[in-house]
Amino acid sequence: MSVGDYIRNSQIWKSIFRHPAPYDRRNRVIVMLTNFFLHLHPVNVRQQGISLSYTWCMGGITFFLFLVETITGVLLMFYYRPTLEWAFNDILALRDVVTLGIMREIHRWGAHAMVITVWLHMYRVFLTGSYKPPREFNWVVGVLLLVLTLLLSFTGYLLPWDQLAIWAITVGSNMARATPFLGHEGPGYQILNIGGYDLITNASDARFILLGGRFVGEETLNRFYILHCVAIPLVVATLIAIHFWRVRKDGGISQPL
Amino acid sequence: MHGKELTEHVVFGLGWIYLILVVMNAAWTVRSYKSRRHFELPEVFGGAEVPTAGIWAAYTAILMMIATAHFTGASNPDDFLLTMPDVIRNWINLMANPVSFFAASTGLFCLMIMFRRWLVQDHIGWLLLNASLVFTALSMTDYDFRQIVGKPDNVPIVAMLFIVGFFTWLYFKKAVENDDRIDQGRPLLEQENNEKVLVWPDLVYTELICMVVVTAGLVLWGIALQAPLEEPASSVKTPNPSKAPWYFLGLQEMLVYFDPWLAGVVLPSIILVGLMAIPYIDFNKLGNGYYTFNQRKFAVITFMFGFLPLWVAMIILGTFLRGPNWNFFGIYEFWDVHKLEALNNVNLSEYLWVYSPLNSMFGGLPTAPAGAGALEGAGYIFLREGLGIVLVLMYFFALPPILAGTVFRRFYLRMGFLRFMVLANLALWMASLPIKMVLRWSVNMKYIVAIPEYFFNI
Ligand code: HEM
Repeated sequence: MSVGDYIRNSQIWKSIFRHPAPYDRRNRVIVMLTNFFLHLHPVNVRQQGISLSYTWCMGGITFFLFLVETITGVLLMFYYRPTLEWAFNDILALRDVVTLGIMREIHRWGAHAMVITVWLHMYRVFLTGSYKPPREFNWVVGVLLLVLTLLLSFTGYLLPWDQLAIWAITVGSNMARATPFLGHEGPGYQILNIGGYDLITNASDARFILLGGRFVGEETLNRFYILHCVAIPLVVATLIAIHFWRVRKDGGISQPL
Repeated sequence: MHGKELTEHVVFGLGWIYLILVVMNAAWTVRSYKSRRHFELPEVFGGAEVPTAGIWAAYTAILMMIATAHFTGASNPDDFLLTMPDVIRNWINLMANPVSFFAASTGLFCLMIMFRRWLVQDHIGWLLLNASLVFTALSMTDYDFRQIVGKPDNVPIVAMLFIVGFFTWLYFKKAVENDDRIDQGRPLLEQENNEKVLVWPDLVYTELICMVVVTAGLVLWGIALQAPLEEPASSVKTPNPSKAPWYFLGLQEMLVYFDPWLAGVVLPSIILVGLMAIPYIDFNKLGNGYYTFNQRKFAVITFMFGFLPLWVAMIILGTFLRGPNWNFFGIYEFWDVHKLEALNNVNLSEYLWVYSPLNSMFGGLPTAPAGAGALEGAGYIFLREGLGIVLVLMYFFALPPILAGTVFRRFYLRMGFLRFMVLANLALWMASLPIKMVLRWSVNMKYIVAIPEYFFNI
């Protein structure tokens, strides 16, 4: 008996993996049904559904990048404190002091890459007409994921707290000032007033809610930190689960009828 | 002039790019040799038949020499000769402005669709890839170009250009093939080899390889390029230009033509609602689950127009070509903070009341007399902006029924009232950007409706 067989026949191994190694057809089917991580997939698929030139693999890569971002993000959180006093210095320390410090690089480039792969995924889904019935709703879920991916990237942009960060967020969030009715420089905000007092001012409008202040400051950093590290990832994870569920319930990857 | 044109580092780095090109083209030469394709020389050269592989081999050899020149000549960057010629640089800088940029991207888009059959040939794709890589490499010899393109945060955008280009090409390749198959009644590409396979091993291993490749790519990228970190944040030192993150630069570019409430709030919302509405307004049952162009021309052209010239190209414009004060700069141009651009944009109401015979009759823009009440003031505003308001209302409310009765009659009949109205409105919103651009460039139109009193400018 080889060492491999010995290990695979041990009680410990068998208690973890509830099936023999997937060497024959029967066990290759069983592995898909009994393994938690693999049961995301069906047991068998049509060749086209896994053809790289058809799916471009972009949905899969986007998902993988989301996982990479989660892991590197957690590592970064060990070092980073979202306060005016520490944010910038912690990032500096990450670069200069931390051993093998390319976590920030991987996190940042992974984020850029994820934005691009989401677009390409949407592009391919459109070009194969895969949003047509019965997959309409999964396309809608997809659009939400697209927005949230961009928001994840946007909220993360602020965290290094350098010039690049605060001005990009300032420019981006200045738009909220002009929200119709809800921004203090937006058309129609004057309508929301009680007895001559404006309800919408620069200390109560959409931008104020976004930033937690009248300009990009410590409250903004805190707000964006929580959005970036907790709130949005949770929503995204949930939506991805729904997205994948629907891919299977809608009959797998689209193909000609 | 503004910095050192070339450094040892850059020349050496470019050597690597050319070396990669050599390897790529060597492989391509082998492929071409195996395919035994021939190429007929023009009469002047005797009209002989040459294997295409010969031409690629010669090209590869030249690239090899160029690469060697970079590696050996790197120590003397000041005298290095393989640079982008000044004539071309100056010419491109001179020609570059928002108008020509938009015209060029839209023009290329139309050409791409018209000549898709020609474009999807393998060697044409390869030729274009080579041309764009050599152009980028040569451009890298320009100091100002490097300053912008070489920013770590901008590298993904350059990569995105090539990737989007590749996938668009791949789409057309498959779509053209399928369109032919449909015409000839043969089974689609996607229907061949479409038997069922087990997920383990076929899919699981593909995924594993994909993950390894992506991880390796990210690690290499992370080692090669450091994530940017500028000076600590300061709320008093405003950088010029101040740019949003790169994926929003298409929206920031719209600020040139629209006020923030439109460019920053309404249009993005419409884009999202529009995207979500796509499956519900596309009534075409064909083209579900395979690549095709002919069966869904309208859908593909509309979506691609939105994605390529209006989104990707706008990001390129916003990232690489907009400098201080959001002025336009050519790709080889120095970002001069003092560059002045005359801005004399005129509102439609000013055209009507000030720059027309009406001026002498009524004495300029109608303004409420001092001490007028809010209602009276509003009345004057309506009078002043009446023409613009009517035009905008007509654009959104009169145009759809007109379209339904004429050009889009067939659509209307098949889609029904509600679907058609949604489609028409979304299309009009999308068209509003190019329309506003053209108005700006042709007649310096600032606002069609200008009510700064209520922050309501269109
Ligand atoms: C975080 C973002 C996203 C992730 C992780 C994701 C992941 C995936 C994956 C893994 C698939 C399986 C097929 C494939 O890889 O192409 C898929 C399919 C699909 N996705 Fe996404 N997706 C995302 C965003 C989007 C977006 C932005 C859209 C469209 C607006 C979209 C619409 C769809 C549709 C309609 C399908 C079914 C395609 C078919 O059956 O051929 N997804 N998605």
